Amino acid sequence: MSAPVMDPRIAPPFPEAALPILQNTQLRKNVAHATDVIQAKRGRLVAEKADWQELRESAAAIRAHALANLGAYLEEFETKCTAAGGVVHWAADAAGAQNIILGILREEKANEVIKIKTMTSAEIQLNPALEAAGIRATETDLAELILQLGNDEPSHIVVPALHVNRKQVREIFAERMGLPQLSDDPEALTAAARSYLRRKFLSVPTAICGANFLITETGAVAIVESEGNGRMCLTLPRTLIALAGIEKVIPRFSDLEVLLQVLARSATGERMNPYTSLWSGVTPGDGPQRFHVVLLDNGRSQILAHKVERQTLQCIRCAACLNTCPVYRQTGGHAYGSPYAGPIGAILTPQLEHMKHAQSLPYASSLCAACYEVCPVKINIPEVLIDLRAKLVDQERAENKRWFDPMYIGMRAANFAFASASRFRVAQKLGQIGAGFFTDKDGWIRRLPSLGARWSLSRDLRGLPKQTFREWWAVRERGNKGAK
Amino acid sequence: MRASLFITCYNDTLYPETGQAVVRLLERLGVELGFNPAQTCCGQMHANTGFRAEAFSQAKRFVQLYRDTECVVIPSSSCVAMIRDQYAGLFDELGTEELQKEFAALLPRVYELSEFLVDKLNVEDVGAWFPHRVTYHASCHGLRSLHVGERPFRLLSKVRELVLIPLANLDRCCGFGGTFSVKNAEVSTAMLDAKLGDMLATKAEFCAALDNSCLMHLGGALHRRVESLRPVHLAEILASTEEHPYEATR
Repeated sequence: MSAPVMDPRIAPPFPEAALPILQNTQLRKNVAHATDVIQAKRGRLVAEKADWQELRESAAAIRAHALANLGAYLEEFETKCTAAGGVVHWAADAAGAQNIILGILREEKANEVIKIKTMTSAEIQLNPALEAAGIRATETDLAELILQLGNDEPSHIVVPALHVNRKQVREIFAERMGLPQLSDDPEALTAAARSYLRRKFLSVPTAICGANFLITETGAVAIVESEGNGRMCLTLPRTLIALAGIEKVIPRFSDLEVLLQVLARSATGERMNPYTSLWSGVTPGDGPQRFHVVLLDNGRSQILAHKVERQTLQCIRCAACLNTCPVYRQTGGHAYGSPYAGPIGAILTPQLEHMKHAQSLPYASSLCAACYEVCPVKINIPEVLIDLRAKLVDQERAENKRWFDPMYIGMRAANFAFASASRFRVAQKLGQIGAGFFTDKDGWIRRLPSLGARWSLSRDLRGLPKQTFREWWAVRERGNKGAK
Repeated sequence: MRASLFITCYNDTLYPETGQAVVRLLERLGVELGFNPAQTCCGQMHANTGFRAEAFSQAKRFVQLYRDTECVVIPSSSCVAMIRDQYAGLFDELGTEELQKEFAALLPRVYELSEFLVDKLNVEDVGAWFPHRVTYHASCHGLRSLHVGERPFRLLSKVRELVLIPLANLDRCCGFGGTFSVKNAEVSTAMLDAKLGDMLATKAEFCAALDNSCLMHLGGALHRRVESLRPVHLAEILASTEEHPYEATR
């Protein structure tokens, strides 16, 4: 199987990308099972917090406050991090961040790096850039490793290989690690990964990580993880490069008290994530002796400028919205054509792409709002989706691109009809006549033309009744008056 | 008690029997029900598809038509959600201060049907009779936007001879989503398959909901698959009595 396209600039639109996945029953079974398990765990752990809604409120307030004062907090973070021995770099976009990282690696004379699972590195397509520069990158997160070895791509923000099951993992490891006798017992699989990765941890002196939080008060970077492989990357190498979106700052160390509670419960259904690493700059004789932080904008400051869209940046990447999303449940992450999948991906990706790519994603939602209900930082994802749809329509109208598109014609016609009751009555009559051509003798429509064909793909439609409600009401009114 | 019925554009055109049921039900409960024939649409379709200026026209029209009305009853949870969740933002962006004020004054008087019955009329037993096995589909907008909660269940539980069968995965979307069902027809159908699986497992005769839009989608697929499970709007169950029993229309 060829690797799915996860670069929004070249990925096919969502409805098209979803088609082969809808045929892949094994993948869909894996996704449904995995999300059911995580959701059940999350449900239990959220239920045990009597103050869950207050925690969400606090978490949202902390994130909104950080964003409202982002400039000041970022500068303070830079000062504190620099004072602690770190080097802070600013990247305006993906290419800028790639260049900074490649520059550091050239200085280090690195031809190999180890990586901690980093959404931001996928966002800037770092691995292909490293490969092009002749630098070998090894993912050390177990799931990311599975995908890297299997020539596959992540399909989930927290559990990137959730679409792959144990038997498939065995096949990948057996082939790529040269272990034909390997069993699919989870312990055997993790043991194989451990010995494979240990060699990397002990031999590669350069690591790249992301950041869950940047703490302004102390200049520290925080990473939360489940395996301890991240901790290996953070402590063993000589040089460490952290790539972080500028929105990751939080003001105080104590803000973690709230954020770590909601993150672990929302992400993996745990009270506390197993490993939380926090470090400020460089400590002589302990851990990496050269530490760089690359602060990435890549469209974020533009998102910040919009009143409704701004909340997108509150995200702490827990992926609870993916697990609960009925669309994601059917398609998994690959259909989104972006490292950021699911509801958060549907709002974040097109904005990071300045609404020029991933334009199908704001429509990849039934607006059921299950995402908003679980979001630990209260991002009103449906509200943002609708706002982005409006932006796309405005954009397409300004470019005069879709004047003859059936959807646009229908929307204009409906608007004309809804402007007065007399027009609406005429439209209803025309609708009855028009639908009549497609209505079978039993009163049902089985096949519709144009956009309607998308409806009749799987659904019949009862033919339009001869009498509308308003006609029935008018007849009744006349009868009532007559009776009086 | 006086109330004005906002039937919604698609109920008016596609499902007049739901409106007729609302009229029978509310008049039976002593409500003096009016119908303003100038009404058309709440603007939901335009708003959710990104046609904001058009949605604004519809929203403004709604407020102008109903600003002096005692209360408005709407037998569609998604249209009520449109009014509650999106009008303020539309008026904030495109409307005048006067319009915003008029809307703020009108909003508390806009009711979804089950809200109107339980909260405004304080009635749960509406005197209905519906001798069938029924399962209830919680439309997303009713569930997560309006938070109708137990209201429909309380109403259904008081209907004589009705057997209510719980539906698994009640909070999961059926895949309609307005233009989503057309723009993403295949994914919408996959969601629909999952929902129908849960529904058919109930062995119910009827699937009730507060929204004919979900029911159009579910019922359309049930008809395609020649299943005996029938969609029915809650209003039609509540309007049914021994004297005027429900007559299947779909």
